Amino acid sequence: MTLLQVSGLRKSFDETDVLKNIDLTIERGECVFIIGPSGSGKSTLLRCLNRLEEPDEGIIRLSGVEITGKVKDINRIRQKIGMVFQSFNLYPHLTALSNVTLALRRVQKLHRAEANIRGLEALGEVGLSDKAHSYPGTLSGGQQQRVAIARALALKPQLMLFDEPTSALDPELVGGVIDAIRELQAAGMTMVIVSHEMRFAREAANMVVFMDGGEIVERGSPTDVFENTSHPRVADFLKSFT
Amino acid sequence: MDALLLQFFSLDVAITYFPKMLRGLWVTIQLAFFIVISGLSLGLGLSLLRALKNRLLNFAIIFFADLMRCLPPLTLMFIFFFAFPLIGIPLSGKVAAWLALSLVLAAFSEEIFWTAILSVDKGQWDAARATGLSFSYTIFDVILPQALRISIPPLTNRTIAITKGVALASAVAVPEMLGEAIAATSYSSNSTPLIMAAVGYLAIFFPLTLISQRIESRIRWSL
Repeated sequence: MTLLQVSGLRKSFDETDVLKNIDLTIERGECVFIIGPSGSGKSTLLRCLNRLEEPDEGIIRLSGVEITGKVKDINRIRQKIGMVFQSFNLYPHLTALSNVTLALRRVQKLHRAEANIRGLEALGEVGLSDKAHSYPGTLSGGQQQRVAIARALALKPQLMLFDEPTSALDPELVGGVIDAIRELQAAGMTMVIVSHEMRFAREAANMVVFMDGGEIVERGSPTDVFENTSHPRVADFLKSFT
Repeated sequence: MDALLLQFFSLDVAITYFPKMLRGLWVTIQLAFFIVISGLSLGLGLSLLRALKNRLLNFAIIFFADLMRCLPPLTLMFIFFFAFPLIGIPLSGKVAAWLALSLVLAAFSEEIFWTAILSVDKGQWDAARATGLSFSYTIFDVILPQALRISIPPLTNRTIAITKGVALASAVAVPEMLGEAIAATSYSSNSTPLIMAAVGYLAIFFPLTLISQRIESRIRWSL
């Protein structure tokens, strides 16, 4: 069943076309990796999916419901789309638990006690129940990113977007974050991941999308893209990783 | 040495002018209090309006802030005190002084708050919006707590610098402390009242710096 459908998506900054006519369909439970050189439009595409960037043209549907154009309540829709950022973006003045529960209390209007239960549950899913009352500044990068994942999970989203979730981490901390994402996948979460972790992509992806110059150059199973690609641009890019 | 003591620390003179100085101190405290409250509130309010990014509104706010930061506060006081009555709005000296200094403080603090809001990492906005927080929740729960922390040191400086301008209010016939002291100094040909005023100013502004340090350390979280 289709969860996310993107058709004819265009976006330009000033005179530069960052996204040129993107079509993409993602099935429920799928794990889609977007790879490609920097500046290829991967992050912009991701940010258009929850409208942190406003697309210039095109339609995005979540479970068949259009979320682009003059949509009434984008904040309701954003609750269904979790997002995790490269630089974590935790709120430094709030504890891990408050980071996770802020939107529960403000947007879903849960009482503090109720929100805390859901928050602790989410922190437990990423293995950080014991850090609930720590401030982000006292956590390692890997822990911060897992809190950020919990913050998105607590809202019980239908779709999770990851924007280079491990790029800002020290190498020895990457594993913990990848494990947390793997567990989500095992639980059936639909995910779109922009990443340079090729090995992770190869193992975890149901579909790999290769972008270059604002276009989707190739898409297919990890085997199709990583081993049997016929596109010179894809082959060139992958060579730089080996 | 005796001459110095007699000129600046005469007990007789101090006792004579004590009631007057005390009344002056009270006027200064009142004015300073209301200027700080209204100036900072207005400044904060304007910086929040500016975050809405409405072009016309922002043009007006920037114009107001630039104007008020450039004009000498004394000029403003004179305008409110002498010119407003001519267009049918009579203002007492106190109100004129309060209004003038509040507006100047509002202008400076608006700029300080706004700079602080801008300096909060853009990722904080992204994170808040991505979880569906509205603009006002994003501002009040995420951005402002971080911005306030950044703005406290420069804000304290500005607040003290501008609020000390209460001393200018004697020019619009407000019996504030420094004006009273200068008058008393002339009457008595003795400088003791000036020292008394200095002590009074310390008594007002020293606690202000302490309060600011307290607030700053209370909202300091581990980074």
